[in-house]
Amino acid sequence: MADTPTNAAPNTPSVVERTRAIAAGAPVVAAHFLGRTAALVLGEEAVLLVPDKGDEQRIALHGGGILSAATDGITVVTGGDDGKVFSTDAKGERRLVATDSKRRWIDQVAAGSDGMVAWSAGKTAFVQSGKGEPKSLDVPSTVGGLAFAPKGVRLAVAHYNGVTLWFPNAQAAPEVLEWKGSHHHVAFSANGQFLVTAMQEPTLHGWRVVDAKHMRMSGYSARVRSFGWTVGGKWLATSGSEQLVLWPFQGKDGPMGKQPKMFAAFAVRVTAVACHPKQEVVAVGYADGTVLLVRIDDGAEVLGKKPGAGPVAALGWDSAGTLLAFGTEAGEAGVIDLG
Amino acid sequence: MSSDQVSSEKLPVTVLTGYLGAGKTTLLNRILSEPHGKKYAVIVNEFGEIGIDNELVVGADEEVFEMNNGCICCTVRGDLIRIIEGLMRRKGKFDAIIVETTGLADPAPVAQTFFVDENVGRKTRLDAVVTVADAKWLKDRLKDAPEAKNQIAFADVILLNKIDRVTPAELREVEARIRAINPYAKLHKTERSQIALSEILGRNAFDLDRILDIEPEFLNTGDGHDHDHDHGHDHGHDHHHDHGGLKHYHDEDMQSVSLNTDKPLSPDKFFPWVQKLVAEDGPAILRCKGILNFKDDPDRFVFQGVHMILDGDHQRAWKDGEKRNSRLVFIGRNLPEEKIRSGFETCVA
Ligand SMILES: [Zn+2]
Repeated sequence: MADTPTNAAPNTPSVVERTRAIAAGAPVVAAHFLGRTAALVLGEEAVLLVPDKGDEQRIALHGGGILSAATDGITVVTGGDDGKVFSTDAKGERRLVATDSKRRWIDQVAAGSDGMVAWSAGKTAFVQSGKGEPKSLDVPSTVGGLAFAPKGVRLAVAHYNGVTLWFPNAQAAPEVLEWKGSHHHVAFSANGQFLVTAMQEPTLHGWRVVDAKHMRMSGYSARVRSFGWTVGGKWLATSGSEQLVLWPFQGKDGPMGKQPKMFAAFAVRVTAVACHPKQEVVAVGYADGTVLLVRIDDGAEVLGKKPGAGPVAALGWDSAGTLLAFGTEAGEAGVIDLG
Repeated sequence: MSSDQVSSEKLPVTVLTGYLGAGKTTLLNRILSEPHGKKYAVIVNEFGEIGIDNELVVGADEEVFEMNNGCICCTVRGDLIRIIEGLMRRKGKFDAIIVETTGLADPAPVAQTFFVDENVGRKTRLDAVVTVADAKWLKDRLKDAPEAKNQIAFADVILLNKIDRVTPAELREVEARIRAINPYAKLHKTERSQIALSEILGRNAFDLDRILDIEPEFLNTGDGHDHDHDHGHDHGHDHHHDHGGLKHYHDEDMQSVSLNTDKPLSPDKFFPWVQKLVAEDGPAILRCKGILNFKDDPDRFVFQGVHMILDGDHQRAWKDGEKRNSRLVFIGRNLPEEKIRSGFETCVA
């Protein structure tokens, strides 16, 4: 093992000096941007708001652990083991979206267009749009992931043996995309044509939404915990291996029958990825705390963060692609200004 | 690997099984209410039975998920993966985790979760499977409930509870029934689940370093008996006579096979054999353990397994004067004993 690089090569260009370090004081579980304000979601109780100019603000939300977080770019939605769902904006204004009547854990949340919020507790998924009562859907097993389709009011609910596609405002029966096994994190491609889940096994499963055609993406050394499409949807960037794995989604068949591209091989695993919103660049976080920026065109690497105490758990870009926020399991955090 | 550096403080997890009414809930309530200075996060099933309002008590659904290889024994508890990940958000707020299973549960998916899920395995470790059994009714349950038999076979620690409800003869009978299935578990006889918590928590039964000896527990004399809370029955006396005065039962479908040889083994023969064995007969093998003496190897090699999952490592050097032999035990249902014995013989170097 001694000869294997555990770090980026010494001559790698670096943007580390452009980092504003943040003392999160707790493990960071998600990083989002509300405009130019970073929202670092902590493992317990609070969200840390970091405006690009000015002081950080700690917004106390949950009376316990924060189990999930999502954003629509305007607010960050969080679900806690206190049975509550909060929505918090860049100024720190927080709104209690829901309290579970049985105080069950809020395992998953998702944020949709027009302030729509979805969450799940056990086997039940909820959607709230506007001021009305939330609508709910029971699925056969505990919800493993939630995602809104990019257009329209449609929610993907991942669970054991498949994903249920639900139009909460329509009478139509939900459609089920079946695949044996336990499905966790779920996401639609930006054009809405593909749906991908991370499974309990170290594989991804995908469906072409129009005809439910299957795609299997395997070969990982661990469960895939983080994935996302590059701008324009050409590549699916994924964690779960000792390198950045990119599946080609250019064609109408997705990655079927094609090999993934692989970059930035390390001795340790990729634990988080975040795709740049304007260019084919991926921020890649590793188990040793390193963050690299990788350009897909030529595989060029730029060091964003040196190794640290814990695995990178959260990465997020602002919508302009000039700010990158990161956080680790050990509570290291920062915002890199590339502008 | 440096990604495993955080593993130094893995939280211990105790799995508490037992048929309905055996005294599991009483035991849990004691763990949660007694002033022992420790904080436990408890994952319970029949939510609401625990009469204590505690934010660290979490309800679970016992969702048993098959893995993608399509094998019936390769299962995990999906809900447990989710709950343990959630509890880890509150790391530092508790010292250990207890997983209560329903009376009908098979302990294997729970145990396998800790070996199969990388994230759960990185942050927690399985400590022991503790089974509470009702001294009066266990004999009947062993006849009519395969789950009850599984729980006894799988256990590291057995609490034979409610011994005040049976005669000494009935107690010996039920103990013999237990030993016919699982001769290796630590057995405690209790009333109202009264037991020093140190006897059930912090056992390290799944720790390879603790695989020190593989002898049937009822042949061990001396240490341990002072913990049995005998309350005046004649347990110790029996032992003195003829190994507990236990009749020798053979359970018709659940048994253990133990193997022993002084001849050094060949690792090149042993590993392919044991891997093929668990691949073919894993559904029947509930648990296995072994201490191995490999030819030209100064170290003891230890291993353990649950169904098809094996875990093993060099443990320590054989000591001067220590008897170098290999011992293995398999506990399971309708084990192919002849196949196991003859296969093992081919592993001699
Ligand atoms: Zn199996």
